[in-house]
Amino acid sequence: MTPLHYYLIFAALLFSVGLAGALMRRNAILVLIGIELMLNAANLNFIAFWRYSPTANELVGLMFVLFSIGIAAAEAAVGLAIIISIYRHHRSTQLQHVDRLKG
Amino acid sequence: MPSIVNYLWLIPALPLLAAGMIALLKQRHRSLSASLSIGSLAISLGLSIAAFVPTLGPIEGGGGVKRWVHNLDWFEFGNTTLRLGWVLDPLTAAMLVMVTFVGLLIFIYSVGYMAHDENAARFFCFLSLFAAAMLGILISNSLLLLFMSWELVGLASYLLIGFWYHKPSAAAAAKKAFITTRIGDMGFLLGLLWLYGETGTLLFYDNGNGCLEQSALNRLNTLTTAGGMGVATAISLLLFCGAAGKSGQVPLHVWLPDAMEGPTPVSALIHAATMVAAGVFLIARVFPLMDVDPANVAGSSTALSVVTWVGAVTAVFAALIAVGQNDIKRILAYSTVSQLGYMMLGLGAGGVAVGMFHLLTHAFFKALLFLGAGSVIHGCHEEQDIRRMGGLRRQMPTTFLTYAIGMMALSGVPLLFSGFWSKDEILHAASVWPVSRLPFYLGLFGAVLTAFYMTRQMFFVFFGKQHLGKEAHESPTVMTIPLVILAIAAVLVGFWGTPAWPWLHAYLTGHELHLDLSALAKSATLMLISTAVVALGMISAWRLYTRKTPSSPQALDPLEAAQPAVFGVLKNRAYIDEFYEATVIRLNHLLSVTSDVLDRFLWNGLVQLVSLMAIALASVGKALDQFVINLGFDGWCGGLKQGARGFARLQNGQVQSYLRVIGLSLVALVVVLLWERRR
Repeated sequence: MTPLHYYLIFAALLFSVGLAGALMRRNAILVLIGIELMLNAANLNFIAFWRYSPTANELVGLMFVLFSIGIAAAEAAVGLAIIISIYRHHRSTQLQHVDRLKG
Repeated sequence: MPSIVNYLWLIPALPLLAAGMIALLKQRHRSLSASLSIGSLAISLGLSIAAFVPTLGPIEGGGGVKRWVHNLDWFEFGNTTLRLGWVLDPLTAAMLVMVTFVGLLIFIYSVGYMAHDENAARFFCFLSLFAAAMLGILISNSLLLLFMSWELVGLASYLLIGFWYHKPSAAAAAKKAFITTRIGDMGFLLGLLWLYGETGTLLFYDNGNGCLEQSALNRLNTLTTAGGMGVATAISLLLFCGAAGKSGQVPLHVWLPDAMEGPTPVSALIHAATMVAAGVFLIARVFPLMDVDPANVAGSSTALSVVTWVGAVTAVFAALIAVGQNDIKRILAYSTVSQLGYMMLGLGAGGVAVGMFHLLTHAFFKALLFLGAGSVIHGCHEEQDIRRMGGLRRQMPTTFLTYAIGMMALSGVPLLFSGFWSKDEILHAASVWPVSRLPFYLGLFGAVLTAFYMTRQMFFVFFGKQHLGKEAHESPTVMTIPLVILAIAAVLVGFWGTPAWPWLHAYLTGHELHLDLSALAKSATLMLISTAVVALGMISAWRLYTRKTPSSPQALDPLEAAQPAVFGVLKNRAYIDEFYEATVIRLNHLLSVTSDVLDRFLWNGLVQLVSLMAIALASVGKALDQFVINLGFDGWCGGLKQGARGFARLQNGQVQSYLRVIGLSLVALVVVLLWERRR
């Protein structure tokens, strides 16, 4: 059986890619995608820790991840709606143009 | 107490009110202002007579003088109450009647004299002010009230002498009069303060507590000053300084002849009849104080001896100068100074009644003479030099007759004229003065001179050839009627005080009065002497000037031809003015120049130095302010601003930069946690 730390390292890499995307990309949609990646890295960790835990026959980790994916879908819908309304307002999805909240 | 005592204040108040009302009128209301002042003074005369009547009659309880006072509180400071009051006694009553009567006649005369002056309303305003102040002096029962009225009189005199202020000589004379009398008044004020300090009251009579009453006098009698002189004597002498200034005694007489620059009615009213008599009146009023002397050995107190000597010297000195004068009013002015000297002599040697008798008679005949002189000047078209007149008796008969009566009264022509009786009284007092006989001889010599210079003046003005270029004319009736009334009075008032029937003496001192013809016989020797003296003066003058009549106004006076040096001294008023010019005034000038120099260089330098130091200190403060406090504060503010700007840059609205901060913080947190674990 594949050792646990393989999954963890993979999840860490996936999280790092997502974090880098969220921090570096200028396009709001791509930032959203980065966030999805980080969320999924977390999901992967959940599944991995559940699979290698002493109580693996109980479906706790699986249920967590299912809820998390559902929330992520809802969140992506809300995020996309915000991005669309930002686009309508600013005629752009470039995040550097969206700085009205600096006070 | 007669009810008039409570209303005595009305006598000065009415003319004061008139003066105030006239001051508000316009200059063209001349007849209204004249009627106001004449009317108010006439009412005052009526009140004065009403006040005079109760002082007559027998004295109840025998002895003493009738005297009523009315005192009131003026104001309080601390525990002290300053009290003023007025007094009605024979001295006040007699003076009140004299001043209001003579004053009224002179006011009436002024209507004619000032008819052509465009400022007649102002003139009547000043005259009324003067009358009010003079009457205030007479009724005061407080030395303070007397002093205030005294100064008001001085002010009125200043205003009236300088009435024609556009003439430089009149303006200078007004200043001279004011300043000279001020020197005497300084003494008066010091005496007043000292008296207040010693007795605690300035009221003359206050039911036994006044400063002229026995308890205060006894107290003063026991005190002596540092030099062994009695305090009462010192105070009396200080008060006499004031009296000498006002009454033109040597050496403060210089202002009086110059005061003749004023209009002639002013000379008559103020500088002959009333104001100059105020000094004599003051001495008579404080006579009980003058009489106190602990070191009284010679029978006369020190203060009264000084009064006597000053009076005697003034009488002769001024009479001598009068001989050398050519201005009709100046002759009369010096004669006034001389007669005031006689009054002082009488007061010092013979007491209140003697001095006051001459004061009262003199007031009438000297007012008469001045008004006569005014009439002559008016008739001769403002000519004042007696050498340019002459022969006026035909053109001005009324003036001539009345003037002759005044002249004979002044010279002391026997029996019929008032001056004879009063001067005789003074000479009598001087002849029995216990200290020295010299004042008596001086008085006799003065009488010769008086007769001489008056005859000389009469001769030049009314006799001899006429030198006046223009035609002289008699003055209007409004001017001659007062002359006639005064002439009658000048004859009659003498009979108040003949040795046989000394009514005034009895009235003023409260003695029993009885007709005593033998007294006449007792003083017959003295009367003969003074008659001889008068005759000597008059006849010598008459003979001298009829024989050696100067042929023209420019010709030398016969006396000058005989004794040019002596006459020159007299003509130049004994160089007293020049003497003062060379000493007092030069000293004064020197002092003022010195203080000017000091002011300009020393004090100014010091002040400049101090101000420079202040400026230096201020600039140090300024530098501190500018460079330390300002810059420090600015730096602090700048730092704050810079910091704020840095923080503000952090919040740039870029979501991703916030996110980066969060990410970096996460990394840092992880590192810290790991680090903690490791330890």
